[in-house]
Amino acid sequence: MSRNLIIGTVLTSIFVALAAVSFVWTPHDIETLDIPNKLQGPGGGNLLGTDHFGRDILSMIMMGARTSIAVAVVAVGIGMALGIPLGLLAAARHGSLLDELIMRGNDLVFAFPSLVIAILITAVFGASAVNAIIAIGIFNIPVFARLTRGAALPLWERDFILAARVCGKSATRISVEHILPNITNLMIVQGTIQFSLGILAEAALSYIGLGAQPPTASWGRMLADAQTLVSIAPHTALVPGFAILLMVLGLNLMGDGLRDWLDPRIRVART
Amino acid sequence: MSLLAIKDLGVSINGTAILHDVSLRMTHGEIVAITGESGSGKSMTALAVMGLLPRGATAAGQIVLDSTDILRTSETDLCQMRGNAMGMVFQEPMTALNPVQTIGDQVAETILIHEKTTKVEAHDRAAAMLARVGLKLSPTRYPHELSGGQRQRVVIAMAIALRPKLLIADEPTTALDVTTQARILDLLRDLVREFDMGLLIITHDLAVVADVADKIVVMQKGRVVEAGATQDLLANMQHPYTKALFEASTHVVSLPEAKPSAPMLSVQDVVRDYPITRRRLRGPRPMFRALHDISFEINQGERLGLVGESGCGKSTLTRAILGLEDVQGGEIRLDGQAVFAGKRPNLAVRRKMQVVFQDPYSSFNPRHRVERLITEPFHLLDSPPTGQARQAAIAKALGDVGLTPEDASKFIHEFSGGQRQRIAIARALIVEPELIIFDEAVSALDVSVRAQVLDLIAELCRKRPLAYLFISHDLSVVRSVTDRVIVMQAGKIVEQGETEAVFANPQHPYTQTLIAAAPQLPQIGMVV
Amino acid sequence: MIRYAFGRLTSLVISLIVASVVIFAVIEVIPGDPAAFMLGVNARPDTIAALRAEMGLDQPLITRYLAWVTGLLRGDFGQSWTYKTPVSELISDRIWVSLPLAIFALGLSTLIAFPAGIYAASRRGGPGDVTIMGATQLGVAIPNFWFAMILVLIFAINLRWFSAGGFPGWGNPLLAIKSLTLPAIALALPQAAILARVMRSSLLDMLGEDFIRTARAKGLSARQALWKHALRNALIPVLTIIGLQFSFLLAGGIIIEQVFFLPGLGRLIFQSISARDLIVVESVVMLLVFTVIVVNFLVDLAYAAVDPRLRTKA
Repeated sequence: MSRNLIIGTVLTSIFVALAAVSFVWTPHDIETLDIPNKLQGPGGGNLLGTDHFGRDILSMIMMGARTSIAVAVVAVGIGMALGIPLGLLAAARHGSLLDELIMRGNDLVFAFPSLVIAILITAVFGASAVNAIIAIGIFNIPVFARLTRGAALPLWERDFILAARVCGKSATRISVEHILPNITNLMIVQGTIQFSLGILAEAALSYIGLGAQPPTASWGRMLADAQTLVSIAPHTALVPGFAILLMVLGLNLMGDGLRDWLDPRIRVART
Repeated sequence: MSLLAIKDLGVSINGTAILHDVSLRMTHGEIVAITGESGSGKSMTALAVMGLLPRGATAAGQIVLDSTDILRTSETDLCQMRGNAMGMVFQEPMTALNPVQTIGDQVAETILIHEKTTKVEAHDRAAAMLARVGLKLSPTRYPHELSGGQRQRVVIAMAIALRPKLLIADEPTTALDVTTQARILDLLRDLVREFDMGLLIITHDLAVVADVADKIVVMQKGRVVEAGATQDLLANMQHPYTKALFEASTHVVSLPEAKPSAPMLSVQDVVRDYPITRRRLRGPRPMFRALHDISFEINQGERLGLVGESGCGKSTLTRAILGLEDVQGGEIRLDGQAVFAGKRPNLAVRRKMQVVFQDPYSSFNPRHRVERLITEPFHLLDSPPTGQARQAAIAKALGDVGLTPEDASKFIHEFSGGQRQRIAIARALIVEPELIIFDEAVSALDVSVRAQVLDLIAELCRKRPLAYLFISHDLSVVRSVTDRVIVMQAGKIVEQGETEAVFANPQHPYTQTLIAAAPQLPQIGMVV
Repeated sequence: MIRYAFGRLTSLVISLIVASVVIFAVIEVIPGDPAAFMLGVNARPDTIAALRAEMGLDQPLITRYLAWVTGLLRGDFGQSWTYKTPVSELISDRIWVSLPLAIFALGLSTLIAFPAGIYAASRRGGPGDVTIMGATQLGVAIPNFWFAMILVLIFAINLRWFSAGGFPGWGNPLLAIKSLTLPAIALALPQAAILARVMRSSLLDMLGEDFIRTARAKGLSARQALWKHALRNALIPVLTIIGLQFSFLLAGGIIIEQVFFLPGLGRLIFQSISARDLIVVESVVMLLVFTVIVVNFLVDLAYAAVDPRLRTKA
């Protein structure tokens, strides 16, 4: 267990814990505005201060953690659930038309950065957390498909796959029994990295107003609100920013640590 | 006057001792071979002479090349010596060259680093060197356009461009075909004579050693166990390990008699075509014919050998026989039934055939335990055994190959190469097939382990009627374990017949070349 | 080489066609009736009908699609119904902010990442490597728009070296570049962190390859082997990342514009989304995707320049 893994897991767990606790309790209610108390610095009744509406920043961070984690988890889930089977299929049918189509499809989605997908979706369906999930999720699909295919192809050349074919096993069965268990480690590590990218993407989308809408709290939204107040009340901008930074850093460290622990030879894709 | 004198060389890597008290002497114009099995430290010795030991390595003792002690020379000075006073050729020609530079550039670089000369001159000399090593290609070619043998020549050209005093070759021909190997060894011998160079050749192939070396050094587990002039050593081995090594190399397996029997596998006029990349947009897709009208038979209990070099179509034929790929002409039948039956493979036929592969490190899923690995062929049975019957089958299969039932719950990484091949044989035997295909099954094993596995195969033949197709590029192995043999070249069978007859009296010119090229280990007076 | 370039070109054209179909489908097919969508729930039926006629929505889909595509090729991006001006006019000013910003950021990112990654790989395990790895670990975790805010806080508000936002136009090129500097840095640094890591790991992979061992045996020092042999081979995977980076920089730039009040494509898009001006959104998205696909094509060509195996494929 490396230092990376420990620090990373601790950091990530803190935020997961904050998010979990927020379902039951937060220091203050974020839906009530308390204007006279606005823009207070950290200390006193508000551990991390208050924002321009007098809302307790710590409580908003906790609720925001919920949003970030939910969006990122579901988006990565979509990416894995659809991307991994596609990648396995493409590798099993390497060289065929299907493989070619899947690869081209991947390239096509890569031409649309998640922001652009989000723009398209929100222009037609309106902005919301769900649409942010869909936008980020769609972009995750080719990431996992390409990674899976890339990892599966060299495995298909190995003799033990040939042995399984000699034993009459179908390509699907081989993909599930032999290929999948050997790429699980890579998927876990990449999943962690994609999770961290998902947090960043969600923050960016919320920041420009294409993500979770108020009164749902989100860290990106907090930063957008704080933008004009940076000089007079810097904590309103620093706190949510550090929250994002620490959560993403924690996930990345955890991902690196997991990789070293599970199999140092894994190569992760960081796009 | 000695060229190279290694005295009491000891090397440790991160605290673990790898080499102990290695000593060696050689002079100009001499060919010295270091031989031994994997883990003997031969390559490490070579790297030590070049000053290219890996990170974390410490060396003690002396390595004196022409009055310079390598171990006490600075890295900068060593850089000046490498490629200049001493050169090295490595084992894997396919990955030894920079893929993005032309071969001319790479040879010229050796010259440009060490001598103050113009680029034009360096390239001219490089071109001359490439021609000298027998490469009739333009120096503007890139490595990916060359075959393995050709790339190895380029590497040799780079190493000798400045006429070094010492050339070290670490398994220079192991990855090459028999005929290519013969040519490369001839080239090396010529260069030694012409340049009065010392050649230190590292190889596990004792036949090569006997053919080529003036002096032999035998290493085991990081120590030199015996050394001496080739003829003397071969005639008069002292150390038990040397004797065991040579015995294993010349090991003759005692096969039970082949009884006449009915035909089982019948391959008739098989043709296999592969589509290759198009040159034009229109017209029919160009095809490459991998197999031309291949016909042969294997009778029940018969042991057939298949010999050929890379590209002859061995693997294509194997996949066709196993029913993994369809053929474009002809038929393959096992006991009268076709092996390939459309999309769904004919399981009834498949369960009569199994295969053992070459690479013991790639033949098994690293995530499964041995019991799951060896019962994979049960997928071919209509009603595979379960519970007690299954456990019994596993225990029997493992017992037959010399392992224990306790090994069933282990993972494959807990076993050595030789043990893995035994497990591979167990997997092949568990459904009691009529035919096993051994695809270079012993080629990746150390000599002593190889002998054991061949003995195992012979014993299995005694216990049950086992027919097999034994594919190998190693002629001496094929000679000892087969009744009949086929020789393939470029997708055609050029010669077929009883093994002893073909080897003693080859008819086809290709067979003759093959047998002539294979280095022979003289049958030394052994205690039988 | 010609065959390779031709192959990539066909790929480019097909990608553009498919992308345009996807965009057209999302914007003009999914909302059902684009005109009704744009005018909102309170619109009167005759206004909707008038807009439908103006937009040619009564024609079959194929005709509308082809009309749109041929229009794009001519440079006619349609008419924004919010601003009542041709979309091409709206875009042409703004693209001269967004595109240079992305290119500026790409240049900065590469300029920082390459030396950092190479240095870290050559001094593997040493203090320099550890520091660079630590810095990049931080860099990849930082949201670029927040970083931008901090840069504004330090360099514009406190130190007053740069203005806090705005764009003076290209009339005075130096001032224009100065106003794009903080935004470019904010965009570039997180991407540089990613690129440096990729450069380092790619180089380390190459250093473990056999041909490096051959180079050392020829007499090259470790440093010479790195620069003359490993680096060029290591560039191949790095090029892929650079291609992807451009698309992220273009998208990221759109977000950064909010922090610096830059009059780029970003503001145009967000205002159009709020105003439900689908025509503008459609054209701008197509333009962005077009740029990304073209840049990737250029990267593919660059591959062939670096890797001869692609040029002389049998």
